Amino acid sequence: MLRDRTVQGLTIALIALLVISFFVPSWIVNQMLFASARAIVVIGLMVLWRTRLVSFGHALYFGLGAYTVAMLSRYTPVTDAFLLLGAAAALATLLGFLIGFIVRRYRDIFFAMLNLAFSMILYGILVKTEALGSTDGFTIAAPTFFGFAFEDAQEGKLALLCVLLVVGWAVAVGVQMYLQSTLGRLTTAIRDNEIRVEYLGYSVERAIHIKYVLSTLLAGIGGGFMALALGQVDPDSMVNWTASGELVFVTILSGPGSVAAPFIGSFVFEILRTYAFEWMPHAWQMIVGGTLLIIIFFMPGGMWALVTRLVGRRGAGGAPGMGH
Amino acid sequence: MDTAITILLDGLVFSSYLFIVSVGLTIIFGVMKILNVTHGSFYAWGAYTAAFLIGVAANAGWPDWAGFGIIFFSAIVVGLVLGLILERGILQFMYHRDEVLIVLATFGTFLVLEDVILLVFGVNPYFAFQPMALLGSVQLGGIARDTYGLTLIGLAVVVAAACWLTLKRTRWGKLLSAVIYDREVSVAMGLNVTRVYIVTFTLGAMFGALGGAYIAPTVSVAPGFGIDVIVLSFAVVVIGGMGSVPGAMIGALAVGLVRALAVHKFPQFELFVIYAVMATVLVFRPEGLFAPVKVRKI
Amino acid sequence: MRQLRKLAIPVLVAAALVPALPAQAADTVKMSVVAFLSGPAAGPFGVPSRNGAEVIIAAINDGKLPAPYNTKGLAGRTIEAEYLDENGGNTKQVAEYRNMVEKRGVDVALGYISSGTCAALTPVAEELKKLTVFAVCGTPRIFEDAKPQYVFRTMSHATSDNVAAALYVKEHFPKITSYTAINQNYAWGQDSWRDFDATMSLITKAKPSEKLQWPKIFQGQYATEISALLLDKAELIHTSLWDGDLESFVFQGDTRGLFKKKKVIFTVAETSVYRLGKRMPDGLIVGARGPYGAIVRDNPSELNKWFIDAYKDRFGQYPSGPAYQYAQAVLAVKVAYDAAAQKAGGFPTQDQVIAALRGATFESFATTVKMNLGGGHQATTENGYGITKWDPKAGELKLEKVKFYPADCVNPPEGENSVEWIKGGMKGAKC
Repeated sequence: MLRDRTVQGLTIALIALLVISFFVPSWIVNQMLFASARAIVVIGLMVLWRTRLVSFGHALYFGLGAYTVAMLSRYTPVTDAFLLLGAAAALATLLGFLIGFIVRRYRDIFFAMLNLAFSMILYGILVKTEALGSTDGFTIAAPTFFGFAFEDAQEGKLALLCVLLVVGWAVAVGVQMYLQSTLGRLTTAIRDNEIRVEYLGYSVERAIHIKYVLSTLLAGIGGGFMALALGQVDPDSMVNWTASGELVFVTILSGPGSVAAPFIGSFVFEILRTYAFEWMPHAWQMIVGGTLLIIIFFMPGGMWALVTRLVGRRGAGGAPGMGH
Repeated sequence: MDTAITILLDGLVFSSYLFIVSVGLTIIFGVMKILNVTHGSFYAWGAYTAAFLIGVAANAGWPDWAGFGIIFFSAIVVGLVLGLILERGILQFMYHRDEVLIVLATFGTFLVLEDVILLVFGVNPYFAFQPMALLGSVQLGGIARDTYGLTLIGLAVVVAAACWLTLKRTRWGKLLSAVIYDREVSVAMGLNVTRVYIVTFTLGAMFGALGGAYIAPTVSVAPGFGIDVIVLSFAVVVIGGMGSVPGAMIGALAVGLVRALAVHKFPQFELFVIYAVMATVLVFRPEGLFAPVKVRKI
Repeated sequence: MRQLRKLAIPVLVAAALVPALPAQAADTVKMSVVAFLSGPAAGPFGVPSRNGAEVIIAAINDGKLPAPYNTKGLAGRTIEAEYLDENGGNTKQVAEYRNMVEKRGVDVALGYISSGTCAALTPVAEELKKLTVFAVCGTPRIFEDAKPQYVFRTMSHATSDNVAAALYVKEHFPKITSYTAINQNYAWGQDSWRDFDATMSLITKAKPSEKLQWPKIFQGQYATEISALLLDKAELIHTSLWDGDLESFVFQGDTRGLFKKKKVIFTVAETSVYRLGKRMPDGLIVGARGPYGAIVRDNPSELNKWFIDAYKDRFGQYPSGPAYQYAQAVLAVKVAYDAAAQKAGGFPTQDQVIAALRGATFESFATTVKMNLGGGHQATTENGYGITKWDPKAGELKLEKVKFYPADCVNPPEGENSVEWIKGGMKGAKC
């Protein structure tokens, strides 16, 4: 593990980011929070993508995580960040495990759309239920950390960012190790030819189910962090199909080259959105949509390919292109 | 009795609307295997174009019935222009790539087109009430109904019949069925898939635009008009089976009737209904009720 | 070495972003004005809101408002306004608010139409300690559930709309025996109905219908809902529909004779009076959420005449309610800055401005605004309704039988929760 270059790089980046976060202005802390929370979700989507599976419904688990945090902090005395996030992760994983039995039989566009359909059910329930906040959603109080509450909101944000960065690092390292394992290596094999994998004696459906549950776990954690970072949940920004679309967009933007890519992609996405909105409030969707098209057409490797080219590292991790 | 008639009529009107807005989506999916998110843009552009032109015509002193001509004209023009631009300008370069990436490309295009609407038409809503006002209302089931809404049922029947006749009775329809069933073999048999794709996509775009254009006289056409319809038509298509025209019809009928019943009898459950029907179908028949046969290929 | 290079990227990115810190210009007050600039609420609400703010900000900067507001700027400093889009949902607005305050360093955040967004922003404004003036949004919960220190609202909350609606119905349509409703299914619609229903049960013998319609916001098509309303036995329909939904509902209902068969009370339909004109049927009971827009067009106050003229001059049409409401928010900020400057003997700090606005009373266009609820953070004004009537001679839609109810009749007293106040018999209401 210690010899793995990616793990080494991630560790150095973690330390650097932890240090940096104490010196940057608070709006950058916010952007880092949003970006890292989203990156955790995107790592899960990346694992699926490496198997050529794309889900247009992961806002279901992202939103479920976010709403679990919101509901618990509103209706129960639980305020501890770790408990809230643990609950978010557990619920998302449970639902992912159950739905996994249905979606694991499907591939390609059907897989994408089935997930979308399931996510819309949650959306419909949230929008229509007053107790769940309907279209308004909820405000969430600042969490505590092991019983410690921060007086100053800014310090609370920094604490959350530190936790988030460490969790993000752990997730990235964990997924990296999973991808190196036999089960993980099946990822690419399934992408290339499922039937051969089955002849090798592995159950493709089971392998996919495991990846799916992993991705829902990460989506739940990411959603929980996002809810805490924003202090707000609402169905349109977190559960609607556009939210799923955003997640996939960031996945494509990041590129599948490395588990570090989602962090870069998410940060670029947050900055892009912030500036697009600031400079052209009437046309920020156009900028976001246009960027998506440019990446699809001209940068199939995403930001990661760009970064590796800039840094001069050749053939970064054999990025599996989506073309076939 | 009055309530029963009203529920049935309300259900049929809403089903007809659902069918018209989703038939384009399902045709494109069936033939091209593209979940076309820009369907919402077609819908919005159709509505905006029709509302804008009807307003212009009214100011120019044209008679109110001209609005009906304008609706179909708008649908055809929007479908042709947007359909051709998107198919030739973006999609044709993507057919060799992953289906999922194509969906994303349509999503990106949808976002761009949303803002282009703002740039072209501005943010003020458009009203094109003339066709609806012209037809007035009729007494049915003890209450007044707008005749314009009832004509939706007729339009839906015409669209359904046209689709069925085209698919089953014409050479073109048979070619389409061949592509839907097996693209590779069709190509091997010498079918010009490029042409099939262009025609299908443009037709689907026209249906999308028609849905928007026809509904425009009843509502205030405002920014963000196309967003909800994507989800709605998607739900209908999922229930019926993606890519199947009869499926879209059954899906639309199921959703429309159940929703009308809910609004009248249990209004608090109104929005759940669509999703409840969808969830039930998904759990028991994830491919939808009328999914075309899928062949497993090695 | 490779790791070093990799490390260099985040450092470089961060370094590139740090200089983008807020550059504070010394002689201006940075004000962000947030309203719907896209989405279905832009036309009826967002655009007049922004226009109203624009007109009054320009006049304040030139010192051209009628007395006593004819001093230049805010305590002498020019307002530097940026206009932002409120569309995109609460979560996006929370993120944008943070950017606005922390990144671009605005001095005053002003605006917001959606109740949900206001509720979501209140804790953030408190956290960032930034003077935030809500212009339109309606939910009373903001100042009843908590005691925010940095947040103000310069118009009455939704309770007064619905209490006044019930009073108007009782006075003008005393024979009503039952009523139903169609409201959007989120805080705005739910609160509106709750307050209206509670007041009706208190002051009349009329009974609410069992089936109420709760369409989703921006649904646009109401064919089925209208059928259900037509079949309902109730004579009166209460609705707080707004934005494009309201106008779609009016068209669809009019075609089907809904407004001939039922009395319909619209709590915010004033926004459509100028926009729809003749296409708005006669006989609708229409509110403006207070003394704003069409309902006070003939109010003779100096400031009102100036505003109508300036607005017409600039945009070629009469200002509707939201234009008044945003302009009133800007006016409140000016009142506060000027009063604070006078007291401090120099340009005031934010705390001084807040102290000056807290509990302030000032003359607005057609009313006196008293900041006397929520610890001096929530305004009260009178609230009124009128009935639409097309005037063929003037070629204009007019409101007749306009009736206003005083502020301390339709608003709960300080420190009381709206719902409990109504249910407890509206004690202390001076009608």
